[in-house]
Amino acid sequence: MEELSCISAVFVSGGSLMEYFLQQLINGITLGSIYGLIAIGYTMVYGIIGMINFAHGDIFMVSSFIALIVITALGLTVSTGLGLTILALILVLVTSMVIASVFGWTTERLAYRPLRGSFRLAPLITAIGISIVLQNYIQITQGARVKPLQPLIENGYTLMTRADGFTVQLSNMQILIITVTIILMTIFSLIIAKTSLGRAQRACEQDRKMASLLGINVDRTISMTFVMGAALAAVAGLMFLLYYGVIDFFIGFVAGVKAFTAAVLGGIGSLPGAMLGGLVIGLIETFWSAYFSIEYKDVAAFSMLAIVLIFLPQGLLGKPEVEKV
Amino acid sequence: MTDTANSGPQPGRHLDIPKVTKDLIVTALIATAIFGSTIAFRTVSAAGGLRLEVRYDVAFYVIAAVVVGRLLLWLFFWSKPAGTSAVEMPTSIKSGVAKISAKVGKGFAPTMLIFALVFPFLPFTDRYLLDLSILILTYVMLGWGLNIVVGLAGLLDLGYVAFYAIGAYSYALLAQYFGFSFWMCLPLAGILAAFWGIILGFPVLRLRGDYLAIVTLAFGEIIRIVLLNWYQFTGGPDGLSGIPRPSFFGLEFTRREGGFADFFGLDYSSIHRIVFMYFLILALALLTNFVTNRLRRLPIGRAWEALREDEIACRSLGLNTTSVKLTAFAIGGMFAGFAGSFFATRQGFISPESFTFIESALILAIVVLGGMGSQVGVVIASIAMIGGFEIFREAEQFRMLIFGLAMVVIMIWRPRGLISTRIPSIFLKEKKAVSADMVAQGEGH
Repeated sequence: MEELSCISAVFVSGGSLMEYFLQQLINGITLGSIYGLIAIGYTMVYGIIGMINFAHGDIFMVSSFIALIVITALGLTVSTGLGLTILALILVLVTSMVIASVFGWTTERLAYRPLRGSFRLAPLITAIGISIVLQNYIQITQGARVKPLQPLIENGYTLMTRADGFTVQLSNMQILIITVTIILMTIFSLIIAKTSLGRAQRACEQDRKMASLLGINVDRTISMTFVMGAALAAVAGLMFLLYYGVIDFFIGFVAGVKAFTAAVLGGIGSLPGAMLGGLVIGLIETFWSAYFSIEYKDVAAFSMLAIVLIFLPQGLLGKPEVEKV
Repeated sequence: MTDTANSGPQPGRHLDIPKVTKDLIVTALIATAIFGSTIAFRTVSAAGGLRLEVRYDVAFYVIAAVVVGRLLLWLFFWSKPAGTSAVEMPTSIKSGVAKISAKVGKGFAPTMLIFALVFPFLPFTDRYLLDLSILILTYVMLGWGLNIVVGLAGLLDLGYVAFYAIGAYSYALLAQYFGFSFWMCLPLAGILAAFWGIILGFPVLRLRGDYLAIVTLAFGEIIRIVLLNWYQFTGGPDGLSGIPRPSFFGLEFTRREGGFADFFGLDYSSIHRIVFMYFLILALALLTNFVTNRLRRLPIGRAWEALREDEIACRSLGLNTTSVKLTAFAIGGMFAGFAGSFFATRQGFISPESFTFIESALILAIVVLGGMGSQVGVVIASIAMIGGFEIFREAEQFRMLIFGLAMVVIMIWRPRGLISTRIPSIFLKEKKAVSADMVAQGEGH
């Protein structure tokens, strides 16, 4: 929607395009943060058990619905004071993170764990099954129509104003999204780097059998990976809801594929890589819609995926995979 | 609960009460988090924003059902003494079952074929059943086509529906712009789909496994988005309508003079065309099966299966993996193209909505649930999936939900598919069925 207004702005501008570019950069980074948060879930799960958690995008979708329910229950509106809104949003975030984690944990427990050690396609099929189940479950329980949410956080800063009146805006919402993403990224990187759980995860990633021989509870570690991924997806879900203001039961599929692209682009298994990949995908998508066509923005993202995989299969920050005979 | 556990439904069962109680409490908590959040509350649009609709009762029933279900599982399935698996069958029964199923298996395919041939003339066959079986046969054909790519060559393709779409749109557009007939378009649609298979195949040659899967998925989506947005050419979301029907050796299925009924001196009936369509798709499906079975015995088929097992070994033995993979994509795509133009002519109307990712997932599910590489398995899985889909037609809303759940449950129950033995395509002295675990189908090398 705001892309539309930007498109019209480009026709007005004519002269200096610097401001327009800057605005798109800000929008792209915001979108990229959301993709990055989802991508972490893909990258962690792929790193540890080598499967595409196809249902991850739908966990993101479910979490945004939960966030919407809690926001409606709390009765938040734009007239609520900024301080109170932020406090309430923290409550919303925690609730939806917890419930999304339960969804993630249950999915792993019911659909993936029984198939561990089975051949590789089996969990992919159950993942697709779970994805269908989650989409239709939400469609039945929450309705098929799009859910609009009035913006809760308004205003922002005008960074630049051009002669013809085009302004470069940094909205409070965008500041919030980028800040929350940075904070959560730091927390999760610390968990991976410093805690025993993170150590166990890295060990399982390298060699699951050896890790279990050394006394690591592999099943529990994998469950925790799903929980962490789902919690981060819930953050992305709330951000998406607040930023776009419309959700429906189908947002998980496209967002999921793009986030997976981001994970692959950054180098699968690498956390900073997932974030970087998310930013790149967000920027590509935003610039594509701003300068070329909105209809084909998904084509741009999907083509990007193919191009990356063909020319840079190990991703930007990933380790090259060596195949041994 | 104590009572049931002490007496036990059957002697020899043992129930660890504290453990079960703890498990049930955890189940209840999880179910509350999942269903309590999403069923109990529902956001509905109201004046000036959203309003919350509360349905505690429904949520409570669902949670209670989950807990009771879990309790029943504990009582009847998981209460065996430790060390014995709950679902293990005695060896004698197992081998007996294997023998019987082997005997049944031998006669199964010919019986099915004969049944399929006489089906339209059976007394109970009506328009509805014919339509349903045409649909099932379409999926059988698609399943067999995808089986070449996934089951034989081991390339995981999540965008198979793209070729189906290309076939359908090829026919519809050729008929619309050039007035080509169905019989002219059928081979053209196949060639075009095969051509696109090669175009897709080239860039993804270096990819393997899940990466290949996700790129093919992206390809399928790209095709759909292009069809959706290229309004001047494809009609966009409105689709294409008025697609001409096929003729029987030049005889139209119309009431007019010189039509099919008139030529054979029959009374005109609209069922004639349906029966014709039925035999058309049956012939196309059988062609797919025949070609696949012959190809398996040719060098290219063996190369596919070798590639599936070990790509590096293939290359070191001098196989050109590029051409082997490309032929798999092209031939698989070609059959989807045939099926696509059949779909277009049967429906008379196509739109991008018919070619979503769900279709790809459905076809792949048919192949995997049937048992990859097994031709009979595809038939059984198609009947089960599409037939099951029809049974739940009443429960329109819950249909996809049940479909997804069935996919998960069947996969956990039989990860190797319903038909889990494989007949090797080459053998030394006698044909021996091997377990599916021995082959690398779908590993996606």
